[in-house]
Formats: sequence, C-alpha cells, structure tokens
Amino acid sequence: MQSHPYFMPLLFVAVLTFCYSCYQRLQLVTVGAAENRFDRPGERLAGVLSYAFGQKRVLSRPFGVNHFVLFWAFLLLLVANADFLWQGLFPGGGLSALPEGIRHPLEFAFDLVSLLALVSVTVALARRLFFAPSYLGNEYTKPRSGEALLILGMIATLMAAYFLMNAARLAPGEGSWQPVSRAVSLVMQGLPAATLEAVALTSWWVHAIVLLLFLNLLPRSKHMHILTAIPNCYFRSLDHPAVPPREEFQMGNRFGVSGVEQFSWKDLLDSFSCTECGRCQDLCPAHNTGKSLNPRRVVHDLKVNLLEKGGKPLIGPKEEGTSCEEALWDCTTCGACLSVCPVLIEHLPKIVKMRRHLVQEKARFPEELLNLFENMEQRSNPWGIAPSERGKWISVLEERDFKPGETEYLFFVGCAGSFDSRAKQTTLALATTLDRAGISWGILGKDEICCGDSVRRLGNEFVFDKMARGNVELFRERGVKKIVTACPHCFSTLKNDYKQYGIELEVVHHSELIAQLVRDGKLKAPKKASQGKVLFHDSCYLGRHNDTYTAPRAVIEAATGGTPGDFERNRENGFCCGAGGGRMWMEEQTGARINHERVKEALKQEPDTICVSCPYCMTMLEDGLKDQGAEKVRVKDIAEVMAEALNDR
Amino acid sequence: MLVISCIKQVPDTTQVKIDPVTNTLVREGIPFIVNPYDTHALEEGLALKDRYGLRSVAISMGPPNTVATLKKACALGVDEAILLSDRAFGGADTLATSQVLASAIERLAQQEEVGIVFCGKQTIDGDTAQVGPGIATRLGFTQLTLVDRIEWLDLDQKRIRVRRKLEGRHEIVEAPLPVVITAVRELNRPRYPTVPMRLSAELTEVTVWDNQVLNLDVETVGLKGSATWVSKIFSPERDQGEIIGDGIKDPVGTAHLLLDKMLSKDLLAL
Repeated sequence: MQSHPYFMPLLFVAVLTFCYSCYQRLQLVTVGAAENRFDRPGERLAGVLSYAFGQKRVLSRPFGVNHFVLFWAFLLLLVANADFLWQGLFPGGGLSALPEGIRHPLEFAFDLVSLLALVSVTVALARRLFFAPSYLGNEYTKPRSGEALLILGMIATLMAAYFLMNAARLAPGEGSWQPVSRAVSLVMQGLPAATLEAVALTSWWVHAIVLLLFLNLLPRSKHMHILTAIPNCYFRSLDHPAVPPREEFQMGNRFGVSGVEQFSWKDLLDSFSCTECGRCQDLCPAHNTGKSLNPRRVVHDLKVNLLEKGGKPLIGPKEEGTSCEEALWDCTTCGACLSVCPVLIEHLPKIVKMRRHLVQEKARFPEELLNLFENMEQRSNPWGIAPSERGKWISVLEERDFKPGETEYLFFVGCAGSFDSRAKQTTLALATTLDRAGISWGILGKDEICCGDSVRRLGNEFVFDKMARGNVELFRERGVKKIVTACPHCFSTLKNDYKQYGIELEVVHHSELIAQLVRDGKLKAPKKASQGKVLFHDSCYLGRHNDTYTAPRAVIEAATGGTPGDFERNRENGFCCGAGGGRMWMEEQTGARINHERVKEALKQEPDTICVSCPYCMTMLEDGLKDQGAEKVRVKDIAEVMAEALNDR
Repeated sequence: MLVISCIKQVPDTTQVKIDPVTNTLVREGIPFIVNPYDTHALEEGLALKDRYGLRSVAISMGPPNTVATLKKACALGVDEAILLSDRAFGGADTLATSQVLASAIERLAQQEEVGIVFCGKQTIDGDTAQVGPGIATRLGFTQLTLVDRIEWLDLDQKRIRVRRKLEGRHEIVEAPLPVVITAVRELNRPRYPTVPMRLSAELTEVTVWDNQVLNLDVETVGLKGSATWVSKIFSPERDQGEIIGDGIKDPVGTAHLLLDKMLSKDLLAL
C-alpha cells in the first residue's frame, strides 16, 4: 500500500495539538506550590508496579477485572498502534520489516488482545447502558456519561476497524497466526478484490482518524488518566495516613488554600488523574447520607477551576469549578476515599487545606465550632472542663503518675477518656486490664493536654500547633518513649501527626497492646465472658488510617471465645460513625444521620453487643441505638469486654 | 467618632477554687480569660466599626500582664488598645475602677468625640455590675444597661435606640449620644480571630497609661479610693434542711405545711 499524501500532515497536526494540550495541562500543574515527591524512588517504583501495572486497587472490586484486561490490552496495542502510524508514513516499514519468526507471534498477540479489548469495551458499554451502579448514574455523572460512551465507542470502532482492515488484506489460506482476523476474512470470502481493497482502505482511514481523534480527546477528558495515572501513582504520598504538612505561622504567610495556586503541584496532578470511577463517592459517609460533599466532585471542581485558571472562586457557591463550604464541613475525614481510589488521589488533605483557609484566614466555620475552638485553646479539651479535673478518674484507683525512667508506658488518656462519663468506664477497664497483665503504666494527670486531633482536622492548625508543641515538649521533658491510648484519634495523632514535630514515639492503641499481652500469655481470661452475638465496628482512625483490623478482633475473640461478626461494610470498606474530622462537635443538619445509617446496618444482623475501639464511635453508636429504639443492644469497648472476662471468676 | 469597649481580664472561674484554710482564691496556675460579657462589648464595638467606620478602642485596667487580654482585642481588630496600669490603681473596688476608666475615656474624648462606651453587664469574678453605670455617672453619659439589641444608631442625629433585656420583658429605649451600654450575651456572637490578625497583634504595641498620664488623686484610686474592701471570702454555710410532710401521698397538705413554715419564718407575708 502507498502512503497517502494527506496522512503525514494530518498526523503532524494531530500530534502537535495533542502535545499542545498536554503541555497546557502540564503548565497548569506547575502552577502548584512545591512539594517533594521525588524521594525514595525504589518504594515509589514498587508502588507503580503494584498500583498501576498490577492494578491492585482496581481489582479490589469485581468489575475491576474488566479494566485490568483493557489496561494491559492498551499497553500491548500501544506498540501495534505506534506501528500502525509508522507504517502510515512509511509503508512496509516498522514491524512488517521484521523477520517472520518475530512478526508472527506479535501479530498473533495483537490479534488476540484486540479481541479481548473489544470484548471488555463491549462489556463496559453494556454496564454503563444497562446495569450501571448507582454511583455512575447520579446527577453528577449523567452529564458526563456521554463522554464515557463516546470514548468506549471509539475504542470499539478502533478494534472493529483493525479486524476489518486485517481481514480484507488476508489472502485466502493466509493468516493462520491471526485467528480473529482470519475468522472475519472467512465471512468476507468471495467478495471481489476491488471491494476488499475498498474495505481495507476505508477501515484503515477509519482506524487512523479515530486513533488521532482519540489521541486528542485524551487530554481533554477524564481519559487524561491514561497519561497521568501512572505518574500519579509514582508521586503518591508515602506517608500513611497522608497528613497535610505543618504551616509556618509568620507574618505575610498564607494559611490554608483558597486558590488553585496554593495547592501543591501533586494536588493539581491529582485532579487530572481522576477517572471519575465513583468509588470514593460510593464509600463516602457524607455522600451516602445525602449531604453536599462528594469527594469526586471536590477533585473535579479543582480540575475545572484549574482549567479556568482560577477565574472563579475555589471555595464559594454551589457550581461547577467551586467547592461549597457546606461540603467541606461535611467531611468526617474517615479516609474511605483515600483508601479506595485506584489512582491514589488524596482527597482528604485537600479538604483539610481548604478548611484551614476558612478557619484561619476568614474565621468562617459552623457556629457550634466557636465554643470548641475557645475551649480547646483555653482549657485544652473540647468541653471546656477545668484541666485540673483531667486526672480525677484515677481517684477510684491508686495514684499512678508517670515517673520518668521508671514507668514503661505513658497511658495517654485523652479528653474523652478523662471527661466523658461513658468513656471513663473504658479508661478504668483498660487500667485494670493493664494491671492484671503486670504492665508498668502511668498518667500525666492534669498536665496532659488534648492531642489536638479535632482542631487539626477542622483546619485550626494554629491551635493544633500550640497543642502539639505543648505535648511534644512535655513528652520530651518526662522522657516518654512508649504510649498506650484507648482512643484511635489520640493514637493516630500522636503516632503520625507528631512526627512532623520531630518526635518518634512508640504509640500503641490499646487493642494492639491487649492483643499482644494475650499472645504473650500475660492475659488469660479465666472464663470467656459471653456477650451474645457480637459485631465489631471498625474505627476509621484505627483501621483505614492505621491498618489495624485484626488486633481488636483478636481481643474480642480472646475475651468471648468467639470470632466477632462483621458489619456488611467492614475493614477498608468500613463506614464511619459520623464523629471524625471534628464532626463530633458539629450539628448534622442535612440528610440522614450517619450514625443512624450505621446502626441500621448493624441491626439487620440482630446483634446483642456492638464492640468498638473508640470513644467517639461509642457515643455515636449508643446515641444511634437510642434513636432507633434499640437500647437493648449494648455498645462496649474492647477493653471493657476484656476486663469483664478477666473479672468473671 | 470613637467607640470604646471596656474589658477586664479575669481568672477562668471554672478553674478557681477557694482555699479552705486561708479563705482566699487559689489563683496559682489558673489561666486568665477575657471576662465573657466583655467579649460581647468588644464585638459590638467592632461591629459598629465595620458598619459605620467608627474608630474602635479597647481599654482595660489591670496589672501589666493584662497586655495579653488587650492583644486578644487587637487580634479581633480594635484600632487601639490602652492598658491602664499603675501600682496605685491596685486593689480597686468598682468605685475606684470606674474612676480610672472614666478618666481614661475623658482623656480620649479630648482628642476625638466619644460616641458609645460598651461594657459587659458584669464580670464573672466580682459580679457587681456596677462599673458600667459608674463610668456613665462620672462622665455624665446616658446609661443603657442590659442591652441585647441595638435597634438603630443615627450618627447624624446622634441618637441611639436599643432593646434592654429585663426579667420577663424587653424595654426599648432611645437616648442621645454619648451613651454607656452594658452588654448581655444575646447582644451578638463574638468573632474568632484570624491567624494573620493574631500574628499582627503580637507585634502591636499596647499603649500603657499610668497615673503619671492620668494624674488622678491617689486618694481616689486603688485600694485607697475604694469604698469597699474584702475582709474575707467564704462559701456560706447552710443549715441542715428538713423534710416536711409527704409530698407524694399528700401534696395539698404538704403545700400548706410549707406555706405555714415560710410564714412563721417571715419569708412570706400575706
């Protein structure tokens, strides 16, 4: 076949416009603030292998298999299509110049893979059209579904054109190494040579034009992820959980993010990597209960805002390209979006960064937070109770001050464990359990200050900074090395957030410590305390943020003799109680209550006891059960269950 | 025109205890806060600044560490913060305190017309509610106490109409400026400081006026100028109560018993 004179200029223009679109977007990404995501290349590459090439997270959902096939088909067909374009310019060159021994296996592979691609594209089309999951069919996706259908249609056309073009050119009896094309050619057998040539030429041009259109559609659609997803996996946050960086409180600095240029370049790259798959929104507790927040929306709006070069406010009215304040306050920081995103987009830190702007530069936040902020700053606890009361719970036991050099574990009791009457029972249960195991522990009493979790998640970094510095100084002064806490929020904050203050502590959640003591034979429940049918509710800050799923279950098993049941949504897919991210201190005015949803999910299984490992979950689930008229179901902390077993003689 | 907010630094009373031996307040390690009612006085001054472009000034009398409280006012946006601090002012009761505050306001008035002086309705440590009225009386300003809403402010006519929150009723009153207004909690919702404002407040100089500046007769200020002084602080002892009648079985009879008892103790008169 002769090279067509129109092809070269067409290809030139198409590649040029493609490159220009990519360049434009790359330029936009570089608008972002500096952030070092170039460290630990080995670890980063390993992640690319597993997340991008291994499609680890894509495959965590059954339908991901389809994408896995398509992804690998694309990679292989990249070679085939490069060859196609090359041969368009230089007929007879490229792969066709290779010896048969190499060419034939390649052609065989391309033929088969094209069929696989065609099948999976057809399946994807059918899914979108006939059995779309709810999160692909809502008000947000519908307007963009046309684009998805167009792209899928284009890929299907490419494959069909490929087979037609090959089949029309196969001489009778030829093509045993291209079984699919051959099968198609059998259908066309008997057609005159001129017709076959016309079919071949037409399908070649269809293939060429669709391919070049596809190339140019890529950067202008959600299929940009084909180009950005792999780099996005490489530049992912290696810190888990992803904690937004500290802020420097100096005159002239900006605090938080109110415009795209204040986000880091990686935040902006995230927006071009979103595939709009909808998994984040499918898991988001706020979205699931009818609130304004949709994590996918946040990322999409960031992209639109960026493309409009910040021409509209980043935070403002409910419209495309702008995140509304209500949505930003809806977030429980449960991290479901982070843990499910196949391309490792960091939604949560973006929300916290925007909250930081609202709180610190605008002093604008839901009014119930005013008291919280004042109480935290003034009395270092959310309720505004006198700090001198903090150690009072211990009065029922012996005094147990942390003594530098003598005490092994600092028991960081936390605000709930110190002041909330229900959580105090957990505190006592843990204290007696540790005593039974002969663990050396002590408390800071009135000197302990709040870890600052709520204020940090709410974006009040200024107040958090004071608390963190205060605690870190206190830990250093008292020589604290090991900390045990019964609150996942204290646990995660001390363990992960405080690293930014240059202190590495050995922090354990009580579930881990108790499970360890059981394993070491230091704790033996004399009699298994039956709690009836037990369900375990995963705390977000213990589970998703810190990957601790087995320890609390092991504790329950050791105490009750039975494996606890799971909620329908559990572990990585767990559903928040509704109290994280400072939501504990806020009203829930829109939609259904998150704790009601969670309690309803539990009640389907008719449990006797719901076990928790977090004081916030305790409050939320107990309240939820009361509201649902199901007070007969008890909520217990794992420490209480263990203490009961130990005392059940 | 000036709008002045008088604020006081008080110990965080939720944390204050009385030493059972010495009968004095245990203040050691107790943080100070801005008197909660005064935060509303401050907010209203700032709101009028925002709305009418008045110049907002915060003044406070207290020991040198009161600077912390005035810096909080700066972080919220006051144009000027003035600390009235002198050893001679120490130990003042409400009479002597209002003397110093009034004289500072007079001094400010020499430079610029004073329109409104805001005070909290009372402090949470003294609970007298006398300083606001004391200032008004000394300055000859109209006093509008217990205000929960400003109906309107007419700067041309120099008049103000406010709503007072009284027991079980509201009262709407109008007065010519200048006035002293004492604020109740319902007056407004205090703002929260932004970080840039906090940072700039840390660099702001708080003006300090001592008695060299105010030049008051030392016999009229501080402990010497006080008409009252605290001789003892104690939690009142209560007599053991008694249970009379049987409320569940005989409510009417018990009510009569209670009435008789109160009449006999002269707590009620018919």
